[in-house]
Amino acid sequence: MVAIADSVPKPTARFRFILDRRDVFGSLMVAPAILYVLLLVGVPLLMAVYYSLSAYTIYNPSWRFVGLSNFIDIVNNPVFRQTLYNTFIFTFGSQILGLVLGKFGALLLLRPFPGRKLVRALIILPWAVPIALATVAWEWMFDSLYSVINWTLIALGIVTRSNAPNWLGTPHLAMLCVIVVNAWRFFPFAIVIFLAGITAIPQDVLDAATIDGAGFWRRNYQIIMPMILPIVAVGLIFGFVFTFTDLSIVFLMTMGGPVGATSVLGFAGFQTGINSGDVSHGAAISLFMLPVLLVVVVAMLRFIRRREI
Amino acid sequence: MAAVSTRNIVKKFGELAAVNGISLDVPNGEFMVLLGPSGCGKTTFLRIICGLEQQTSGDLLIGGDIVNDVPPRARGVAMMFQSYGLYPHFSVRHNIAFPLRTQRVPGAEINKKVAWAAQLLGIDHLLDRRPRQLSGGERQRVALARALVREPTALLLDEPLSNLDAKLRAFARQEIKQFQQRVGVTTIYVTHDQVEAMGMGDRIAVIDHGQVRQVGTPSEIYDNPADRFVAAFVGAPPMNIVARNGGYLGFRPENFLPKDMIKDAAFTEFKFRVDRSEYLGSERIVYGALEGFDPKQVITAKLPPAHVADEWIRPGEWHLFAVRNSALRHFDDDGKRRSRL
Amino acid sequence: MPRAVLTKMLRETPFYGAVAFFLVLAAFPFYWMVITSFKTNPDLYNVTHVPFWFNDPPTLEHFRYLFDKTLFTTWLLNSLIIGLCVTGITLVTAVPAGYSLARMTGRQGEALGIGIFLTYLVPPTLLFLPLSRVVAGLGLKNSMWSLVVIYPTFTIPFCTWLLMGFFKALPVEIEEAAIVDGCSLFGAFVKMAIPLSLPGILTVVIFTFTLTLQEFVYALTFISASDQKPITLGVATDLIRGDIFYWGEIMAGALIASIPVAIAYNLFLDRFISGITGGAVK
Repeated sequence: MVAIADSVPKPTARFRFILDRRDVFGSLMVAPAILYVLLLVGVPLLMAVYYSLSAYTIYNPSWRFVGLSNFIDIVNNPVFRQTLYNTFIFTFGSQILGLVLGKFGALLLLRPFPGRKLVRALIILPWAVPIALATVAWEWMFDSLYSVINWTLIALGIVTRSNAPNWLGTPHLAMLCVIVVNAWRFFPFAIVIFLAGITAIPQDVLDAATIDGAGFWRRNYQIIMPMILPIVAVGLIFGFVFTFTDLSIVFLMTMGGPVGATSVLGFAGFQTGINSGDVSHGAAISLFMLPVLLVVVVAMLRFIRRREI
Repeated sequence: MAAVSTRNIVKKFGELAAVNGISLDVPNGEFMVLLGPSGCGKTTFLRIICGLEQQTSGDLLIGGDIVNDVPPRARGVAMMFQSYGLYPHFSVRHNIAFPLRTQRVPGAEINKKVAWAAQLLGIDHLLDRRPRQLSGGERQRVALARALVREPTALLLDEPLSNLDAKLRAFARQEIKQFQQRVGVTTIYVTHDQVEAMGMGDRIAVIDHGQVRQVGTPSEIYDNPADRFVAAFVGAPPMNIVARNGGYLGFRPENFLPKDMIKDAAFTEFKFRVDRSEYLGSERIVYGALEGFDPKQVITAKLPPAHVADEWIRPGEWHLFAVRNSALRHFDDDGKRRSRL
Repeated sequence: MPRAVLTKMLRETPFYGAVAFFLVLAAFPFYWMVITSFKTNPDLYNVTHVPFWFNDPPTLEHFRYLFDKTLFTTWLLNSLIIGLCVTGITLVTAVPAGYSLARMTGRQGEALGIGIFLTYLVPPTLLFLPLSRVVAGLGLKNSMWSLVVIYPTFTIPFCTWLLMGFFKALPVEIEEAAIVDGCSLFGAFVKMAIPLSLPGILTVVIFTFTLTLQEFVYALTFISASDQKPITLGVATDLIRGDIFYWGEIMAGALIASIPVAIAYNLFLDRFISGITGGAVK
């Protein structure tokens, strides 16, 4: 036998090994991230709450506490009530449209066919590409004069040039447009989520269902849907939160117009708080999102907990 | 190389005590096997020794020093994991050299020792491969080489053979035992397989529910089990244990024989109803019940080759069987071995 | 044509029709971007021309204008700097955090993980007011460095979650072997966990970068000086003179900014999904 290494050095002091304790080491590793998030998300969130209860504007930065009067102001404003209503229409409209498109797209992409990879790559585009840039492209497609959509409709003889729709200049059409664009941006994400869920289902479960005589629809709604529900729910929450609080599509396409027809909470908060400098009222408008978000978050937490049992 | 001792080690996960007061002395150079069913706490105990878990209470001594608060890297123990834990992004050479590098051993020294360990295990030709290019048996040798290369204070093995197929396992058993003897390192070997335990251990510690039930040489464990658990856990088929006179009577299946096979010795007779018999080539296992005892309790007899061929024992028949009195084991009603005998 | 092939084709028509519908729906706006950016202005603004293809020969005039007469290269550079800095900050904080959460067992680790994930759901439109005050307080108003400070507020939670998934997928035994072989906990992290999860870390780098490119709200809120804008904001808001939109230039800029993101997403999508679900499944 060969003579090998010297004996292990004897420990001298306990604190020498402080970093070898899992709890200490783990806390140190996670601390920078937590601190960053606490300082720049947690604190600002509290600041937002305080702004909404104060008389703070950028011209007169006072911290004077005014209670709920900002909230009373905005609730009494019919324009704000319109905005709140718009936000729900915008959110539910685009979510439902996006989910339906997503579900059917996923069913299509589930089947192997030549060129599927390329098709998937192209279908992912609306979700991948920066939304501001895609929105500008849509704005160009909805242009009042050179809209390619109108050109097609005219060429097909559905409308004439004189009564061609002014997509972004008519209240209901403008709302339809922002909903369509947001659904368009969301549906590839929904496809991806559905696909991830479906491919995670073990094949033998589906085989067993087929052998047990379950047809296409029954398989779809009694086997597949319940099994992918957890993952779909998480995706849905993402979609909901980001749509409900969105600003960029409305800002770029309609500026909330015409006459406030497409103004949503995020946009109104921006207009009041940043553009007009009325920080306290802007914060109050933004904070209207909070209760809805809280409901969603609590629902999600309960869902996660239920899954773990 | 050093002796390993524990003093009343307890490890709790929440309310559950995975290790519930184990005191064990493993002298320098001994091959100690920790044997127990899965979930008995033997692996947790091993992880406490190498420092991957911190005990809730109790002391751990390596080479006579208390090392409770010493992290794994300073304990100098080596461990071989169930799935070997080879570093997939390192070559075999780098894998084996790694424990030396962390101790800042000079390069020339490292090369010498890696060569020594590789030669010892016959894996010289594999040094430049990656772990995923190796077979199961080769991986096991690399893991062993990595564990031995720095001459650890103690070598810990956590079910190292469970990933090998049955044929390879018998060979690997012998190999590990041989290397241990050649290197003379204190070894603690965890397994649930009694064949490994009996065949390799200098001593065996039988563990159940986080406690040591018995420590002893393989023959002590087999012949003189300290309690009903050890008696029933070691041996295949396990010892027959029947209730009698407020205590228990135990006898191994191979000692439970037709009466005519027992010559000139004090013995105890039983009437045995045969229910089923299995022919295993070199032996015949017979299942049945005893007259005068719980009729539902299955009693097994292992008949020697002389009785294998001729099928004079058939299901439904009653036969006169007997056990030599020297082969009978008595247990108290609490399951402990009765002090007399 | 054999009859069987014909009936098969007929039967498949609805399927491929549906696929075509989705293709057009998803990709047409991008086709529109491409065709607009290469068309001459007279071709673009003539309603009698069929808009779907080139009636005049394609031109690079919009790209030339974009690079020579606008701040496009500055925006490109700004986005690159912002992306690199944010990615750096994110890696330094999220890699250790993700590792810690993946290996921290029990209620505490789980609660922290969910907590970090939830902060990703706090929307910019709720935070931009106080954050604009914070940015002003830091003296970074109207500077692209404000985005370097603020973007990690969503990249860190997102990437921590992703990395947690990747680290959980690593077998613990490798790190434990390293620890027994003489590594400290940090040594095992650096020598084992990081090299073994390099693919995951690369995914995180790519996604952090694309997230910074996609962001719009904070950039819009904090930056109004043209030469400080990142590319997304610059293209979307700065190529409009008064009421006149320079559609050729805007589409050319959007195209250039979109291509790398689109490629990155497609290359890393599968790993991205496995990261998200890997974090959710223990």
